[in-house]
Amino acid sequence: MSDPIVRPHSKSWLAKFGELVKDTLTSQVVTLWRVFRHLFVATDTVQYPEQQPHMFSRWRGRIILTRDPDGEERCVACNLCAVACPVDCIALQKTEDEEGRWYPEFFRINFSRCIMCGFCEEACPTNAIQLTPDFEMAEYKRQDMVWEKADLLIAGTGKYHETNFYRVAGKSIGGKDKGEARNELPPVDVRSLLP
Amino acid sequence: MQWEVGSALNIASILVVVIVFAAMLIWVERRLLGFWQDRLGPNRVGPFGLLQVVADMIKIFTKEDWIPPFADRFGFVLAPTIIMIVILLSFSVVPFAPGVGIVDSNIGVLFVLAMASLGAYSVMLGGLSSDNKYALLGSLRAAAQMVSYEVFMGISLLGVVALTGSFDLREIVLAQEGGWFVVPQFIGFVIFLIAGVAESHRLPFDIPEAEQEICAGYHTEYSGMKFGMFFVGEYLGLVLISSLITVLFFGGWQGPLLPPLAWFFIKASCFIAFFILLRAAIPRPRYDQLMSYGWLFLLPLSLLNLLITGVVILSAN
Repeated sequence: MSDPIVRPHSKSWLAKFGELVKDTLTSQVVTLWRVFRHLFVATDTVQYPEQQPHMFSRWRGRIILTRDPDGEERCVACNLCAVACPVDCIALQKTEDEEGRWYPEFFRINFSRCIMCGFCEEACPTNAIQLTPDFEMAEYKRQDMVWEKADLLIAGTGKYHETNFYRVAGKSIGGKDKGEARNELPPVDVRSLLP
Repeated sequence: MQWEVGSALNIASILVVVIVFAAMLIWVERRLLGFWQDRLGPNRVGPFGLLQVVADMIKIFTKEDWIPPFADRFGFVLAPTIIMIVILLSFSVVPFAPGVGIVDSNIGVLFVLAMASLGAYSVMLGGLSSDNKYALLGSLRAAAQMVSYEVFMGISLLGVVALTGSFDLREIVLAQEGGWFVVPQFIGFVIFLIAGVAESHRLPFDIPEAEQEICAGYHTEYSGMKFGMFFVGEYLGLVLISSLITVLFFGGWQGPLLPPLAWFFIKASCFIAFFILLRAAIPRPRYDQLMSYGWLFLLPLSLLNLLITGVVILSAN
């Protein structure tokens, strides 16, 4: 199709005809040839159930609760993940054991609401809640999309191996008093400051 | 029963083969489009996805065949049948091989052109009776496009007819024993190809049904098997145009070694693949571009082609 733009110098009819042939014929034939060559190009399709796609480690998929290197639960039930969650799919209740550790009494994620945004992972001060590259979470019943703490908790440390909240924090728990944490000075004895 | 032109066995087998082939094209097109877009296309149902057509058919037959309450029932039901009937009738004059065909009419070319013109009614009626603005726009476009492209579709064939001296498609094939008509009638071939695409309103000339602009155009309101008939009718039109190009310009069934039917099949399949490649590669022109391209470029070109052909034939005599 000839160009609708009016040019300052009118061209000869031969040049116009040449342009018409170039626009209507040559470019179309070139396009046809380029598309035809794709018949011999390897396809990009990943044949999914038989062939697993390559998942990157930063993929935001199924959410897990991890344990610290000592094998204890990392989650301290601070509720920051539940606050950060834009769709309010996380529900938990704090409780305390006899040593003074905080942990969730129940921890429930409704995956039919979860949008895998990863805000909970960002909010978590103890690296307890983490997102993994697993995406195969389809269920037949909607109720099966609600995961409890037993379903979420794994045996290992997940993506972050070092984090160990109670070994760093100043809170005293059974077997670790104030001042015994890593890089922590003993508490100041206020009476010794007397003149 | 004898295996000759017009026998009952002949008619039945041509009917069945043509319809099954047209239905299989749905799968062929999807796979080829897939490969040209670096995908695989449907490959799950059956070997290579061959049974995809069966699955589609089961789906489309069990769908609700809904007629909108605001539609004109008579026209709405009539429209999809017209396109199937008209295109199947056109196949009656196509000579597939020596002894294979339904009628050897001495007005074969004219018959095909007449049936192609009637096909426009299907699209127009479908859009009009739907009482839907998109359908109406689609049928408006279809009417203008098909009427204008029919003009030089006929004229582009006249060169072939003049060279043969007959409207009989079988005689046109026999006249190409010395050489295919695509060589002396190359311009006619290209024009017929373009007009054929426009006539079967396939991409890039699918302006009557342009999904991105007017939903599905004239078959917006259709569902179930009525839509299926439009759909298969489109593929039948594709097979028809490919067969006609084979017969008129590429020597029909003629070829060395292989049996005549195989040659016909190979040649027609090449053109079907080419039409699918057109769909994969070429974008849709604007409506006014299509019209001005037809009337201002292709029509004068086809007239010029006819004129030169006439001069050459007369001077050769």
